Amino acid sequence: MQKIKPLDHLIVILGALFLCVPVVMALMSSTHAAIDIHSNGLYITPGSHGAETYTKVLTSRGGFTGDVTGLLMLTNSMVMGLGFAVGKIVLSMMAAYALVYFRFRFATLIFWAIFATLLLPLEVRIMPSYQVMSELHLLNTYTGLIVPLLASATGTFFFRQFFRSVPDELLEAARIDGAGPVKFFIDVLVPLSKTMMSAIFIIMFIYGWNQYLWPLLMTTDESFFTLMRGIKSILQVWVGSQIPDYNEAFALAVLAMVPPVAVVVIFQRMFIKGLTESDK
Amino acid sequence: MTDTPLSLAEADSTLFTRLRRWWSGETANPVKRVQFDRPLTPWMFLLPQLAVVVIFFYWPSVQAVTSSFYLEDPFGFGATFVGLDNYTDALTSRGYMSTAAFTAFFCVVVTALSLGLGLLLAVKADKVIRGAETYKTLLISVYAIAPPVAGLIGMMFFDMHMGPFTQIAAWFGHDLRVGIDYWDTASALIVISVWKQIPYNFIFFLSGLQSVPVSVREAALIDAKSGWRRFCDITLPLLAPTAFFLLVINITYTMFDTFPIIDVIVKDKPANNPMTLVYKVYLDGFKGNDIGGSSAQSVILMVVVALLTVLQFRFLERRVHYG
Amino acid sequence: MAHLSLTNVGKTYGGSAQAAVADVNIEIRDGEFIVLVGPSGCGKSTLLRMVAGLETITQGEIRIGERLVNQLDPAERDIAMVFQNYALYPHMSVRDNMAYGLKNRGESKAVIEERVAEAARMLELRPYLDRKPRALSGGQRQRVAMGRAIVRQPSAFLFDEPLSNLDAKLRVSMRMEIRKLQKRLGTTSLYVTHDQLEAMTLADRLVVLNGGRVEQIGAPLEVYRAPASTFVASFIGAPAMSLLDAHVENGQVMLEGHALAPVAHEAGPVTLGLRAEDLRITPGGVPMRVDHVEELGAQRIVHGTVGEQALAMIDTSEAPLPETVHLGATPSRVHLFDARTGRRIETASQPVSVPAE
Repeated sequence: MQKIKPLDHLIVILGALFLCVPVVMALMSSTHAAIDIHSNGLYITPGSHGAETYTKVLTSRGGFTGDVTGLLMLTNSMVMGLGFAVGKIVLSMMAAYALVYFRFRFATLIFWAIFATLLLPLEVRIMPSYQVMSELHLLNTYTGLIVPLLASATGTFFFRQFFRSVPDELLEAARIDGAGPVKFFIDVLVPLSKTMMSAIFIIMFIYGWNQYLWPLLMTTDESFFTLMRGIKSILQVWVGSQIPDYNEAFALAVLAMVPPVAVVVIFQRMFIKGLTESDK
Repeated sequence: MTDTPLSLAEADSTLFTRLRRWWSGETANPVKRVQFDRPLTPWMFLLPQLAVVVIFFYWPSVQAVTSSFYLEDPFGFGATFVGLDNYTDALTSRGYMSTAAFTAFFCVVVTALSLGLGLLLAVKADKVIRGAETYKTLLISVYAIAPPVAGLIGMMFFDMHMGPFTQIAAWFGHDLRVGIDYWDTASALIVISVWKQIPYNFIFFLSGLQSVPVSVREAALIDAKSGWRRFCDITLPLLAPTAFFLLVINITYTMFDTFPIIDVIVKDKPANNPMTLVYKVYLDGFKGNDIGGSSAQSVILMVVVALLTVLQFRFLERRVHYG
Repeated sequence: MAHLSLTNVGKTYGGSAQAAVADVNIEIRDGEFIVLVGPSGCGKSTLLRMVAGLETITQGEIRIGERLVNQLDPAERDIAMVFQNYALYPHMSVRDNMAYGLKNRGESKAVIEERVAEAARMLELRPYLDRKPRALSGGQRQRVAMGRAIVRQPSAFLFDEPLSNLDAKLRVSMRMEIRKLQKRLGTTSLYVTHDQLEAMTLADRLVVLNGGRVEQIGAPLEVYRAPASTFVASFIGAPAMSLLDAHVENGQVMLEGHALAPVAHEAGPVTLGLRAEDLRITPGGVPMRVDHVEELGAQRIVHGTVGEQALAMIDTSEAPLPETVHLGATPSRVHLFDARTGRRIETASQPVSVPAE
């Protein structure tokens, strides 16, 4: 076996510290009073104002119109995450199914048309996308938040790979049993894909939850703000003279962090499997 | 297995047969041995995804190109065709060129650092704790943190009044002023962006390392005494496909996904601050209301990205060994 | 070319109460071909990997030549290994695969080229030198793996079930090639397999392992004719030796109330071992009810029961078989084992003939 040197351990530990300490400090600092943070800097140990801060962030109404609570933003983020994940899975599974299991005209063309979306990320077409949404009256709606993000090939690509690896014999057996394409899809393929669906769901949920730019553009109505958008607002209202509400900002950050991190940690195996198999 | 060499299937490649197959929907190596032959059903399955792609990808992309040739009236009453003016304005303006320069610099530095550190951690983690789940979990959970959250936390660390990094810099006699000083801000951006991206690279590199068969590694243990030799001759070449893939992803990340980090630190105040091209598109378009200019910049970005991707595939992929 | 010695070698994995390998003592002479054989999980691969340096040695000492190698890296032990799944470097050509070990040891280019060419010639790999492993068949890859070991001219070859991934026919021909090659090169070899036939045909001496311990060391014929325990008896030889409950009474081995053969041993229960090929149809012998017959062409295996116990015999005649056949055996081919410990009982009527070395 390879000899393990102390240096190797050191690198591993330093790496872990570099990545985790900022998060821990953010969590701890959120439980202290803003004044303390301002004078003493960030904390590594927990403070006593935790309950107070979090309740305030979750329930107090802030923002320009006084409508937005942390809880509301949390809900919106949840809708984004779940909606996007579900939408992505449904759309891409169906599209991949068509591309893999059917012979039809223009199949190759359609494949490349969908594949081409990988070339240009959203950021490169934000202006016209916004205009399109505006014309369709989809600004400040959940539909507008979620649907345009579905215009990418990642999920389709992944399911296509997966379907290709399903043995041909399954389809042949199903045909002998008298199943048509729709039945085959629903009764055989979907149950078979359950693990992959879960893995993709996790990744897409995190992606949707963490969206920043698109919700930033799409929502001016504060009742549609997600947690990410909330972070931006909190930073915007900090004026030079008064002490910024560091603790509330951190609390918001923690709220924004916890669900995706929890999902990743709990479903770690599935998550890694989906990540490493989906992006190839 | 019989004692005959494996050979790849040779596709029938005359032009006519290829065209015929393309028209009828067959591919050269059919994906499945048996496929359904219904005319309408596939369209039923394809329609949702296709509709979304057309409406929300192709339509805006086309619009981006067309509006780049127009100058919008500031009061929104119409637009005048100006040909390539928007493009020339953008490409010749100092602001644009300095942003482009910074973007390139930023891209190279962040990619190099996050790939390098990700690889280092993956190699060491693989050696020290093969299979130890806690370490992996720890690193991987950072991946789930959104860029704006990373930006927020980072911003606190670099805060001029109480951020730890500011204090540390003071020990070395440097007055760290992130948000005001150009290079201080740039350093902060780089550190935060690298921090956010390391876990992703770590996951993929670790996965790549663990897919190298154990017996190949053991054969290397017998053939080469030095760990460094083994790494350079055996591990690295076998990691090449993963590294190539990560290179593409990382470049895309630095150019686009760092937007939230920049937004959080720079807070819409361009002033003297560094930014990337994509951020400029946003500023000019949404804050500056220069639709034409912003669209032109978008199109330039599109071309750059497409070019980069193509270049990477042509030159790098050839040297990568697969399986 | 060297003498290999394993003294009191043992291995226990941290956190495990059971030892994977225990109390192994083997002296291997220079140029000998030793086969470690046993069922899955018996510790044979672990033992081989301990010699290679891929597993740490918890107890005992391993010497290659005169050097104590317990603390040495695999690359320092002067051994070469052939793996079960070949372990070729996928990104290197056949030539580079074979040359790699030598390159790292600082051999000159001329020497490397000469040795690679010689190995390629011996193994008929010359047309494939510039190919990558993925363009080769299983048998070709195995030969490259051997070539990689040969060019090193090490003190010892270590083989870890190298033929298990090949189809049956290829396995037989490669087996002979390996043996011929080893005889020609004269390199001390340690070979692991779970296939007792492979072990019998390849070995100068066999080491039969069970549960991490050595059951018997000896030449193939010796192990076959005089197995040291019921485990060895049933593991070596196909069809497997039948083991039956019997007892000795008045100087005779009694099977289900019938006298089978005279034996010099005290009265009491014994485990009786009978090889199918050592039984003959003998009028007045022990009756066996015939259950079914396997026709092999050259001979047939007759499976049946004596009392409640299963027994098999090989019959070479073509005459139709009655429902019950009567069997007899040569006294020297009747094996007795202690009914409790399973260890071999030596009796005067069984001179054990060991072929001269």
